Amino acid sequence: MDHGPSTQWGEDLASGYKTKLGLWMFLVYGIVYAGFVVINSVSPQLMAMPIGRLNLAIVYGFGLIILALVMALIYNAMAGRAETQFASVSEPTVPETVEER
Amino acid sequence: MQYVTSPIAIAIFMAFVAFVLWIAYYYAKRTKTAKGYYAAGGDIHWAVNGIAFAGDYLSAASFLGICGMIAAFGYDGFLYSIGYLAGWIVALFVVAEPMKRLGKYTFTDALDSKFNSKSIQLTAAISTLVVSIFYLIPQMVGAGVLVTPLLGLSHQWGVILVGTIVIIIVATAGMASTTYVQFLKGGLLIVFSTIVVVAVLSRGLSTTPQPVGGKQYHQFVTIPYTMAGDTLSLTNSAYTPATDWQTSPYYGGADAKARFVELTDSTGNTSVWYLNENKQILEETLTVAVQPDGAKLFNGAPRTEGKFFSVGHMDEIVINGQKVEKTGSLNAVDYLAAVLHGKVVVWPTEKLTVGETKLTVYYPKTVLGKDLLRPGTKFKVGKTLWGNINFISLMLALFCGTAALPHILIRYYTVPTPSCARKSTIIAIASIGFFYVLTLFMGLGAMTNGVMDLTDSNMAAPLLAKSFGIVLFAIISAIAFATVLGTVSGLIVAASGAVAHDLINRFLGVKLTDHGKVLAGKLAAVGVGILAMILGIKYQGMNVSYLVGWAFAVAASANLPAIIMLLFWKKTTAQGIAAAVIVGIVSSVGLILLSPEMYKELYNLKPELAPLPIDSPAIISVPLSFLTLVVVSLLTQKKPGTGTPEEIKEPVAQPETV
Repeated sequence: MDHGPSTQWGEDLASGYKTKLGLWMFLVYGIVYAGFVVINSVSPQLMAMPIGRLNLAIVYGFGLIILALVMALIYNAMAGRAETQFASVSEPTVPETVEER
Repeated sequence: MQYVTSPIAIAIFMAFVAFVLWIAYYYAKRTKTAKGYYAAGGDIHWAVNGIAFAGDYLSAASFLGICGMIAAFGYDGFLYSIGYLAGWIVALFVVAEPMKRLGKYTFTDALDSKFNSKSIQLTAAISTLVVSIFYLIPQMVGAGVLVTPLLGLSHQWGVILVGTIVIIIVATAGMASTTYVQFLKGGLLIVFSTIVVVAVLSRGLSTTPQPVGGKQYHQFVTIPYTMAGDTLSLTNSAYTPATDWQTSPYYGGADAKARFVELTDSTGNTSVWYLNENKQILEETLTVAVQPDGAKLFNGAPRTEGKFFSVGHMDEIVINGQKVEKTGSLNAVDYLAAVLHGKVVVWPTEKLTVGETKLTVYYPKTVLGKDLLRPGTKFKVGKTLWGNINFISLMLALFCGTAALPHILIRYYTVPTPSCARKSTIIAIASIGFFYVLTLFMGLGAMTNGVMDLTDSNMAAPLLAKSFGIVLFAIISAIAFATVLGTVSGLIVAASGAVAHDLINRFLGVKLTDHGKVLAGKLAAVGVGILAMILGIKYQGMNVSYLVGWAFAVAASANLPAIIMLLFWKKTTAQGIAAAVIVGIVSSVGLILLSPEMYKELYNLKPELAPLPIDSPAIISVPLSFLTLVVVSLLTQKKPGTGTPEEIKEPVAQPETV
C-alpha cells in the first residue's frame, strides 16, 4: 500500500496515554475558550468589567494565549515523561528509536 | 495617502528574493525522491519546523489584515488573533501526533490510512484543493495590492512576480525549500514585529502624533456653529454653508446616521464637514469621490496631491488621574491602560450619492478607550440572537479550522517522529501566540500614531513602521512580501500533493516511479502556481479577504470531523468519511453563498434577502458533517466476516522499526 509514514521510528507505547491526556487537556481548554466566546457574544458589557488597570476582555484574551502555551508545555512534559517511562519498562523488546533531532 | 516607492524597500526585497532563490537552488539537490519533495526528507529539526509553522500560518491575513482590523475596530480585530491561536490547541492535543503516525505525504494519506478507499482519496483531495485555492486567491490578490505602493509595480506584475518566485521555490525543491523559506519568514516577521512594538511602546501616546521624518500630522479644523431655524451661522467667516444645506444629499434624510454640510471657502473651494450636533461644531472630514467617469478624487484632488491625510490620534490621555498631552515611554500594561482610560478619535464612514458622484465620507468621532477595548465595535454581539450566533460560528470556525488546513497538516510529515511533531507544534504555539500578542500593540499603535490610510486598513502595520523611519518601513514591507511568499509556497505544496500524489498516483492508480512522483509533483506545482497567478490577476480590486474565512469554514466542516472521528470512533467507515467531507464542503460553501455578506458583496442585493442571517456557516456545517459521518458509518457497517470493496482489510499504518 502506498501510504504510511514517511519516516520510521520506534513503536510508541505511550500513544494511548498521550491520546487520553490530549483529549482531557483539549476539553479543559475548550471549556475556557467556549466561556470566552459565550461571554463575548451574550454579554459584551461584562467584558468591559475592570480587572486591575485593564479590563476582562484584555485579561481573558491574553489569558487564553498564555494558557495555550502553558498547557502545551505541561502536555509536552507529561507526554515526554510517559514516552521515557514506557520505553524503559519494555526496553528489552522494543527496538531502538530514532534519535530525535 | 500617497505612497512613495522606497529604494531601500526594493533593495531589501531583492536581497530577500535572491536569498530565497539560493535556498531553492541549494535544496534542489536534496529532492530527488518523493520523500524529499513532499516531506523534505522527513528530517527537518522540530524547532525549525515549529517556526516554519508560524511562517506558513501567519499569512498576509494575519499580519496585514488583523493589524488593520485592530487599528480600525479595536478589540474586535484582536478576537481573530485569539481564535486563530486557540485553533492550535486542537492541532496539538488532538491532531499532531496521530497525523504524523498515520500519514505519509498528505492529509489524505492519514484519512485513508485504515481504508485504502478511492472515495476518501477523491473527496479528501478535492477538499485540499478547494481549501488551498480559497486560501491562495486572497494571498495572490494581496501580493498585487502590496506591490503597487511598495515597489511601484502594477498589480499584474506584482502577482506574476510573486507567482514566479513561488513556483521556483516549490518546483525546485518542494517541501525542503518551502520549509526554510517559511522558517526565515516566520523568524523575520516575529523579530521585526517585536522591534516595531518596542518602538511603539518607547514612543508612548500623544494627542498630536509626530512621525519620524514624515509630514506634520494634519491638524483637523473644527468650526463652532449656531443654528436658528434654517440658518446656520459659523464662527469662522472664511467658510460659508451652502444655502440648501438642510435639503442637500450631504444632510441626509430623517434616518441618516451622520449629517454633513458642504462649505465653500474664501477661494471658492468646497469641502464636506461633519455636523456634530452634540458639540455644536462642524468638523473637517476626508472624502473619496468616485465620479461618473470612474475617476477618483481624494479630498477633492487626485491622490498624488497628498490631500488625503493620514489619521489616528488620542483625543484625551489620562495618566494617574491627570490629563496629559504626551505620555513618553510606557510598558505594555501601562500602554493598554492609557488607551483604555483615554479617548481615541476614530473615523467611521458614510456613503452618500451626490448627483452622479458616489461619495465616501470619513468623519471624526471621539470614542472612549473602554468602548474600543471590548467586543462589539465590529461584531454585532449582545444585541440580536443571530448576531450572537454569527459570532459564535466564526469563533468555532477559527478554533476548528486551523488543525484541518491541509497546508498546515503536511508540515507534520517533515519531522522524523510523532514526538517531534508535538514539539514543533509547541514552538508554533509559542511563536504564533507571541506574534498575536504583538498584533494588539501594532494595531493600537497604528490607530493612535497618525499613520492610518482610511482607504486601506491593510496598510496599517507597514505605515506604522514608516512612522519610525524609512528603513523599518522598508524591512516591514519586504517582510510583508515574504509573508505572501511563505504562505503561498505552503499552499502550492499542499495543492500539488493533492493533484500528483492523491489524485494521479493514488486515486487514478497511475503507477509512477519515485522519480516520476517528484516530476508529477513539480508539474502540478507549476500548474497550480499558474492558476493562482491567473486568479490573482482576475480578482484584482475585489475584496476577497472573505475567502480565507471560507477556507477555515470548509476545513473545519469537511476535514476536522473526518479526522476526529477516524481517530476516536472505531465504527467510522470509509463511506462515512467520504460523505462527511462532501457534506462539509457543500454545506459550508452553500451556506456562505447564501449568506448576507455574499448578497451584499457579490450579488449586490439587499443582505436582508439572504435566507439565513449568518455569514459564518461553521455552527451548522460542522455538526452536520459529524452527523453525516455517524449516520453513514452506521449504515455501512461491515457484517462480521465480510468486507466491502471500499474497505480492504489493511492494518493501520504502523511505523517500521529501525
